[in-house]
Amino acid sequence: MKLITVAGPPSSGKTSVILKTIAALGLPPGSVGVVKFDSLTSFDHQRYDEQQIPNQTAFAGKICPDHHFVSNVEGAVEWGMKKGLSVLVTESAGLCNRCSPYVNGILSVCVIDNLSGINTPRKIGPMLKYADIVVVTKGDVVSQAEREVFAFNIREVNASATVLFVNGITGQGAFMLARHWQDTLDIQTLRDRKLRFTMPAAICSYCTGETLIGEMYQLGMVKRMEFDDESP
Amino acid sequence: MKALDYVAEVSSVPIGDILRRYPLAVDYLANIRLVGVDETKTLPEILENVDEDMLEEFGLDREEVIFHFSAFLEAFSRMEESIETISSITILGGRDKTGRPEMLELTVTPGEVVSIVGPTGSGKSRLLEDIECLAQRDTPTARQILINGSVPDLDKRFATGGKLVAQLSQNMNFVMDLTVQEFLEMHAKSRMIPDSAAVVEKCFAVANSLAGEKFALDTKVTQLSGGQSRSLMIADTALLSSSPIILIDELENAGIDRREAIEILVGNEKIVLMSTHDPLLALRADKRIVIKNGGVANVIETTAEEEQTLHKIEAIDSALLTIRNQLRRGEIVTEESIPEFQER
Repeated sequence: MKLITVAGPPSSGKTSVILKTIAALGLPPGSVGVVKFDSLTSFDHQRYDEQQIPNQTAFAGKICPDHHFVSNVEGAVEWGMKKGLSVLVTESAGLCNRCSPYVNGILSVCVIDNLSGINTPRKIGPMLKYADIVVVTKGDVVSQAEREVFAFNIREVNASATVLFVNGITGQGAFMLARHWQDTLDIQTLRDRKLRFTMPAAICSYCTGETLIGEMYQLGMVKRMEFDDESP
Repeated sequence: MKALDYVAEVSSVPIGDILRRYPLAVDYLANIRLVGVDETKTLPEILENVDEDMLEEFGLDREEVIFHFSAFLEAFSRMEESIETISSITILGGRDKTGRPEMLELTVTPGEVVSIVGPTGSGKSRLLEDIECLAQRDTPTARQILINGSVPDLDKRFATGGKLVAQLSQNMNFVMDLTVQEFLEMHAKSRMIPDSAAVVEKCFAVANSLAGEKFALDTKVTQLSGGQSRSLMIADTALLSSSPIILIDELENAGIDRREAIEILVGNEKIVLMSTHDPLLALRADKRIVIKNGGVANVIETTAEEEQTLHKIEAIDSALLTIRNQLRRGEIVTEESIPEFQER
């Protein structure tokens, strides 16, 4: 089974890109599945159901979404193997910009949209920096120059990634992404593979349910901000 | 220069000199929050005083920063050379939606304009997409695209990453909150053009010559009218885009000189493919591809008679333009505004 990890900010077009790419793969119905990792709610399962794509959704709830992903992705692979899938896609939303759900040796795809601001590629961090492929969506509504500058800003952060433009509505560009998916490694399990980047550090008192504000309530890993303390 | 040569350079040359040699380096440093550094020191010396925890947030340690930075410099020096010259593209027929083979072998060279006509949903976008992804009989249409007369190698196909084809459509808008000047400078920077000021100036002049109403360098791009935006996009695509092929999806009649627009694109040695039903544009093309039912049904060379009719169509068009300008100036439209047309 081939495993593809797809991550990206909310509403960047991950689900649309995945649906179009699955269609472009042209594999028999039921042989490509999706596991969606989200924080609180998700409506994407309806779209996968419509296309009769086997899918599962996992909600992080009160757990850090990144930690939740890494502790369940192996189970996702087991589910895919049991279902006899030839391709399994994990879709992660709700990750903080500090994080990336990518695993060494597993094709990693970051989806960002062209409308999100020209400096966004510089702000996303490891999710973009450690991706093998960066998919840019919504390019059909901005100028050629903005597409080129956006792609340039991506290369400044991740010079080795392949940048692809995919139209999530018409599917234009999904064909090339499908070609990359076809060329990726077959795996049986994820056990003992390594994350490309460390997960955020825990644990502070707020991780364990503290809600009161004030230094006296803060325990564990705390990073204190330094303010300019000159008086006017 | 290899990445290791950059490592040697970065390790021994003060960062101020590095920043002057490679202007993009400043972006790299800013991306890992290294700003306002002592320019007389080398990068390793600067890193000595940087908190390791801060670097770790970016997934780097001191040594990795140097390698990563060198790889960055190396990647961008390669990018400067990688844009190849395209002397022709050839479209070899596949099949239409019913499986009927297309009788097609069409070669287009820079400076040529080909229009694409056909009803909505007939497969115009599919053809444009086949060109964009350099189809090799592996897309639903089974078409094949050749570059300079031969099959492009797979690496190139993957590496071009959308750089081969620039697109211009009437749905496109500017979304950056920048002035025209900042916008053009930003694009020039991303192309790593050495004399960007001259190109920016030229681009601005060309855009203004296309637009019915003039705009200034300090106008925000988001405040431009439809015609002004389109003019700026055309001038920018012609002069600042690296892509040798331009796909145009309908150029609306929004107060821009469409004839001149096409001439500017062609004059900059671009291959222009244009999906349009505007007679003035379609008939000005050297050839037009007729699409029906997902396939190319015909390729028509613009006939001498059609070129003759072009003069009349231009007269009609310029009459309309005159009336439009009268309206814009707040004048009254009279019978005299409308020229007599020859009775048939």
